[in-house]
Amino acid sequence: MSEQLVSDAAAPATEHLPAPSVPSQAHLAGVTAAPAGLLVTAPVARRRRGEFLHYALRNPKLIFGLSLELVFVLAAILAPVISLHGTSTYFLAHQAPSSAHWLGTDNLGHDVFAQLVYGLRTSFLVGALGALCASAVGMALGFIAGYRGGLIDDALQMVTNIIVMIPSLVLLIVIGAYLQTRGVLFEGVFIGLTTWPWVARAVRAQTFTLRTRDFVDLARLSGKRSVSIVMKDIAPNMASYLFLVVILLFGSSMLLAASFDFLGLGPTNSVSLGTMMNQANLWSALQLRMWWWFIPPGLVLTGIVFALLIANVGLDEVFNPKLRTQ
Amino acid sequence: MSTLQIDKVSKVFRASGLDRAVTPALRQVSFDIEHGEVVTLIGESGSGKTTLGRIVLRLLSATSGRVLFDGQDIASLRRDGLHDYYRHVQGVFQDPFSSYNPIYKADRVFDLIREEYFTRVTGAAWDAKIDAALEAVALNPCDVLDKYPHQLSGGQQQRLLIARALLLDVKLLIADEIISMLDASTRVDVLNLLVSLKRTGLAILFITHDLSLGNYISDRTVILRYGAVVETGATAKVFGNPQHPYTKGLLAAVPQLHKKWQDRPPELAGENHVRRSAMTFEPPPLRECEQGHLVANVE
Amino acid sequence: MSVTIDKLSVAYRTLAGDVCPVDEVSFTVRDSEIMGLAGESGCGKSTLGNSLILLEGRMRHLGGTVVLDGKELPIADNRAMRPLRMKEVSLVPQYAMSALNPTRKIRRLAVDLLRCHGVKYASVAEELRRRIALVGLDEDVLDRYPFELSGGMRQRVTLVLSTLLNPSLLIADEITSALDVSTQRAVGELLMEFRERGFVRSVIAITHDLSILAQIADSILVMYAGRLAEKADTDTIVSYPLHPYTRALIASLPEVGVRHDETTLKGIPGRPPALMNCAPGCRFMDRCPLASERCGVQPPFTEVRPGHFVACWKTAQEAAA
Repeated sequence: MSEQLVSDAAAPATEHLPAPSVPSQAHLAGVTAAPAGLLVTAPVARRRRGEFLHYALRNPKLIFGLSLELVFVLAAILAPVISLHGTSTYFLAHQAPSSAHWLGTDNLGHDVFAQLVYGLRTSFLVGALGALCASAVGMALGFIAGYRGGLIDDALQMVTNIIVMIPSLVLLIVIGAYLQTRGVLFEGVFIGLTTWPWVARAVRAQTFTLRTRDFVDLARLSGKRSVSIVMKDIAPNMASYLFLVVILLFGSSMLLAASFDFLGLGPTNSVSLGTMMNQANLWSALQLRMWWWFIPPGLVLTGIVFALLIANVGLDEVFNPKLRTQ
Repeated sequence: MSTLQIDKVSKVFRASGLDRAVTPALRQVSFDIEHGEVVTLIGESGSGKTTLGRIVLRLLSATSGRVLFDGQDIASLRRDGLHDYYRHVQGVFQDPFSSYNPIYKADRVFDLIREEYFTRVTGAAWDAKIDAALEAVALNPCDVLDKYPHQLSGGQQQRLLIARALLLDVKLLIADEIISMLDASTRVDVLNLLVSLKRTGLAILFITHDLSLGNYISDRTVILRYGAVVETGATAKVFGNPQHPYTKGLLAAVPQLHKKWQDRPPELAGENHVRRSAMTFEPPPLRECEQGHLVANVE
Repeated sequence: MSVTIDKLSVAYRTLAGDVCPVDEVSFTVRDSEIMGLAGESGCGKSTLGNSLILLEGRMRHLGGTVVLDGKELPIADNRAMRPLRMKEVSLVPQYAMSALNPTRKIRRLAVDLLRCHGVKYASVAEELRRRIALVGLDEDVLDRYPFELSGGMRQRVTLVLSTLLNPSLLIADEITSALDVSTQRAVGELLMEFRERGFVRSVIAITHDLSILAQIADSILVMYAGRLAEKADTDTIVSYPLHPYTRALIASLPEVGVRHDETTLKGIPGRPPALMNCAPGCRFMDRCPLASERCGVQPPFTEVRPGHFVACWKTAQEAAA
């Protein structure tokens, strides 16, 4: 993915398209420029930032993905409002969907719809935690390795490779055996700390390419320290890429959490989409033909991640002028 | 004492940690630059001229040899010393557009300098300083301030970078192919600007592959091939009376408006196509063929 | 064989509006002529050259015709142009060194190109080998990947591949720009030799470097801000230019032997105008030392002396006198 954020209309003056601006007469007359020159530049500068918004609002994939995602997020936020019952109230068990229970009840009599919308909250929370953790660690190590290079890079590469090799499922089982209860926080942080290598590698690669650019050399020649250069010169140029990375992490954290939950390694004190599927499986929902129990969670999870990925593709097109079809 | 002394500088790039093959980018290059002098470093691609510029700017380190600025070895400079070094030595590169971070406005390059070197100068005093620097490079503040890099032409971008260097107390400017990406009509203006700066005492290392540019502005010329100096001396002597077959070949190949190639034979093409891999680490020594004009033996 | 371009206009679509880097351009390239197309960046010369072979992406054909050998080139119709590309009209693109697919060997590239035109590789293999040798490369270049070759070698390979089917018109876009001085001379002389041997009939050599054109071109066409400024044969342009822009350009070129102490060269103040929403009239007006009120109307590109075209009220008048 290109890290160039310069739009096609703003090609550098040395290429075949000149910058669209009014020429100043000042050079000939030798006096201060007419104010007209200043007036034209303001809209051009603002246009650069508004340009992303312009394309974003017109990209069908992005709009579709974001809208669908928004539906799920709203459902999670408004769970107490839209759900008629709580997750732990008991009703008649094995009931099919009806007007009283929109998705029926499970084997113990809990309202499935309530579980679904409250479970959404948990899943989103774990996804966000995992993404945040992985991003923080991965970006920090990626920037350091990419900018410094040399021995530090080699050492960090080794650490990355070791983490990649450790099977996270086995690790989770081992750690889980020592814990009394597992909460959402634990799961989120665990996922974060085992999925950061992918982020680190991607960030490192991008940093490598940006590090050789002339403006980084200019910053060095201005006496800037490395940290300042990374934070102010390199990272902002990768902003769109980092944004996409975080979105993808969010989706993959949710999927990973769901698979852990399904295997029974999820949070012990809250309900999530994965735990719903786990319970449905344990209590033979399939054999008992309780489709309202085991289909909705999976469908919702698929929908969430699908929406994220579609939005991601759309966002990539917005940021990268070369992918635009309009 | 010379402003800059380059003393037997060599640079070797290693392909990777385990690779035995080494490429000598520079082989024992030596020359000086005096106060207020323009020295042109001429070489084709692969000659090592950009590498040498980056070594002088401390963006790379030399494998062996010394670079002395005002008598002090720059390799020994650490944090504060390096910070101070950049007050006196600055560089401008080939591609003016890529020297700017495209997400910020062009005059951020001035702010970088202020944050590091003029923390106590603010407001009107700083504006006055910028105006003075822009005036020295013949730029109108209204044309270039508060604009994004893509809104400026190549010539304006280059001149802005020179103005940035002038904000500091530069004694030496490394100009690495600063003209090659500019249009013909703006090239001369930037060249004339360099000459006017030279007259104020600035020493300039002008790196280029274009002989006509070197001939126009420089006092002395150093010709580099495959990392080693093949000929050096006062520009008039090197261009007027070239001794080394490589120099003669270059002069014969330069396209000129009023002389056709057919009138100038391609000097000894065979001899000049020596393989790079046959180059030794020790380049042939330089001998003085006339006063102030040194030439190397043919490899 | 000749190429006649009549009132050709090509525009780019951008967010802010249409940019018109080729604005009603008309000229002729004779048989076996190397015509240099000179101008600074942003003047539209690359757009003009590329529009003759491939109108891509955001380029729009606004009007005008291109007639090659008496037949009109359907430049706006991508499909119709495909069989003509490489056979009738060929291109050596700018940055030709990066124009080769890095994952394919050179021979494979040649096979692919030939297959698109229904030509079997075996039938031209011998000729290809001869031409590779002609440009001074070893035959084993065909079995190498592009990254194994130097910039100059890649440039030569691109030249050979583009002219393999003996096109009538070759558009050479900045083919000497990124090369060393000695390679520049080699490639320039190769272009002339290809023309001598009939591998190409006519050539439009696009470059900003007038000195190269002084060596290889028979005639030079100078463009400024999307319009033609002057056209004449090389000696005339170099020694007796008429258009103020051409004069200023020639006067600003440093030659080997010219030193600052002896002659101070002058650049041209100001910048070329933006190509969007252009003011009517001559586009060089703002920077021209000879500008007058008359220049508010665009001067026509007229033949003031045999073979010498210029678009300027003042100098056309002078020349006619």
